[in-house]
Amino acid sequence: MDMFDQLFSLLGASIRMATPLIFAAMAGIYSERSGIVDIGLEGKMLFGAFAAAVVSFETGNPFFGLLGGIAICILLSLMHGFASVKMRGDQVISGLAVNFLASGLTVTLGHAWYSQGGLTPALTNAQRFTGITLPGAEWLGENIPVIGPLYEQVISGHNILVYVAFGVVALTYWVLFNTRFGLRLRATGEEPNAVDSAGISVAWVRYRAVIIAGVLCGFAGTYLSIAQNAAFQREMTSGRGYIALAAVIFGKWHPRGALAACLLFGFLQALETRVQNVEIPMIGELPSQLFSAIPYIITVVLLAGFIGKAIAPKAVGVPYVKER
Amino acid sequence: MRTAFKLAAGIAMSAIAAVSQAQIKPSVIYDMGGKFDRSFNQASYTGAEAFKKETGISYTDFEITNEGQREQVMLRFAQRGFSPIVVAGFQQAPIVEKIAKQFPDTHFVMVDAVVDLPNVRSVIFKEHEGSFLVGALATMKSQNKAVGFIGGMDIPLIRKFGCGYEQGAKYINKDATVLANMTGTTPSAWNDPTKGSELAKAQFDKGVDVIYAAAGGTGVGVYQAAVDAGNLAIGVDSNQNYLHPGKMLTSMVKRVDLVTKTAFEDELNGKFTAGLQVVGLQEGGVDWALDEYNRDLLTEADIKRMGEIREGIIAGDIKVHNWEDTQSCTY
Repeated sequence: MDMFDQLFSLLGASIRMATPLIFAAMAGIYSERSGIVDIGLEGKMLFGAFAAAVVSFETGNPFFGLLGGIAICILLSLMHGFASVKMRGDQVISGLAVNFLASGLTVTLGHAWYSQGGLTPALTNAQRFTGITLPGAEWLGENIPVIGPLYEQVISGHNILVYVAFGVVALTYWVLFNTRFGLRLRATGEEPNAVDSAGISVAWVRYRAVIIAGVLCGFAGTYLSIAQNAAFQREMTSGRGYIALAAVIFGKWHPRGALAACLLFGFLQALETRVQNVEIPMIGELPSQLFSAIPYIITVVLLAGFIGKAIAPKAVGVPYVKER
Repeated sequence: MRTAFKLAAGIAMSAIAAVSQAQIKPSVIYDMGGKFDRSFNQASYTGAEAFKKETGISYTDFEITNEGQREQVMLRFAQRGFSPIVVAGFQQAPIVEKIAKQFPDTHFVMVDAVVDLPNVRSVIFKEHEGSFLVGALATMKSQNKAVGFIGGMDIPLIRKFGCGYEQGAKYINKDATVLANMTGTTPSAWNDPTKGSELAKAQFDKGVDVIYAAAGGTGVGVYQAAVDAGNLAIGVDSNQNYLHPGKMLTSMVKRVDLVTKTAFEDELNGKFTAGLQVVGLQEGGVDWALDEYNRDLLTEADIKRMGEIREGIIAGDIKVHNWEDTQSCTY
């Protein structure tokens, strides 16, 4: 297998690994831009994954699974929203509560319903989102050098949610910077007083933001359980929600930056799986432990030295109290 | 008269048996990965369930979900008078050593590690022999003569699986390519199907078309990736052929179920013995799985060839190197 094929297969894997991060990071951007810290991305994703697997298994239709995942994530988002907006609670604690709730309840429910120790039954291909081949992929791959295989192996062949993820980034960019709602959302995160004095309800803007975040977390969870895998498994998000949150900060709360960060993290994860046991000239085979650590090392180095200061929305984490 | 006497004696005997049965309180402690990992831990569960079904004696079990629980749970089991306590997983060995010293009258069964105490039975499997067999079959069935191995956590035990597999693969064809990857270096490597499927896809891109996973719950992702790509997968520990009928080439079964069941039975019959047991092909401790789910993938010649290799290993004509002897895969 030649070098290009190796490279393209690596890039294809990067995109698959980055997709759940992209959804979750966009969810984080909506929420945090409106002034609500969302540390519960992990828990929402996990519960979304569980709900998607259950609904898809019961109905046999992955689209119902997706709807189920979204519905449960909106519910969790509203809980978080109620605690942070209405009750003015500590948003980090409320978010953590969501994570704990999801971590415990998914396994408990799964065990009660399917008696497989928290696993959901394996899904057939009809119950999943499987890869789709884009038009002309095969022909281009065979007949046009470099660009053809690039299209065939990197761009084509993913499941539909991967393409949706990239669409969501563009949509988020457009909504945030080109619509009235986006302007209000950003203003609420920076100066809720100004928004309030303009006669706009801060609470309503923030509720809408967390609902959107819930929808996107539903996509992320669904992707994990019924597109990339074929069942829900205990703690299957394994920290992806936190990585997405890091990507939001890394990308300075901007969709473009967050997308780049997610792709970088995805690339590093994919690289880790591919460079194990590869002989490096002069040095020999490197230990697998080193490669497992690389994503974290690079993250620290980049965050510490290369991207400059990340400034959060001014009002993030602060409950809004209307002056009387 | 005589028959009536016999009958009465029989009833009396069974009554005594019932009393002694009620006295044993067997238990199992599973390792991370959980009771239903469809693999290593599930095998102990199956054995315990079989015992329960045959004798009607119930058992207690616990699934370890974090490191901190190990000692507490084992201590509580010992205090509550459970015996034998079957402990699955090498990571529990230091705890077994500690608790077994404190409770010299309690019987422990340590699976996959050695604890040298008068009340502990340690059971070690010759995984390299079983892996050799499935490795041989993998190369027989590989179109590209390229086979893959995905390990869970990077530890000597898993290297032992990988090394046996490699030897088996090269036994059939010296030039066969064997790719091996480890999922990670922490216990979460037993439970990461997403990463398992990515590792598998990476190997498929390099030409692998038969893949063997010794990775606990991570294996589920590996098999799914193999099915999606139209390749063959090999299961581990439990017979996993049923997971994807016709797509699972075979499974390297490790009879942890028999170990658990035998330990319970020995306790029941008062025949519990401590000490080290090393079980391989000869003792029926490991084997390759052939059932209705993978029968159609194999020809008569394949099955015959496997039988010959199996006999060869048992007779000692085929030497399978154990990674743990030299800490390296040189054979």
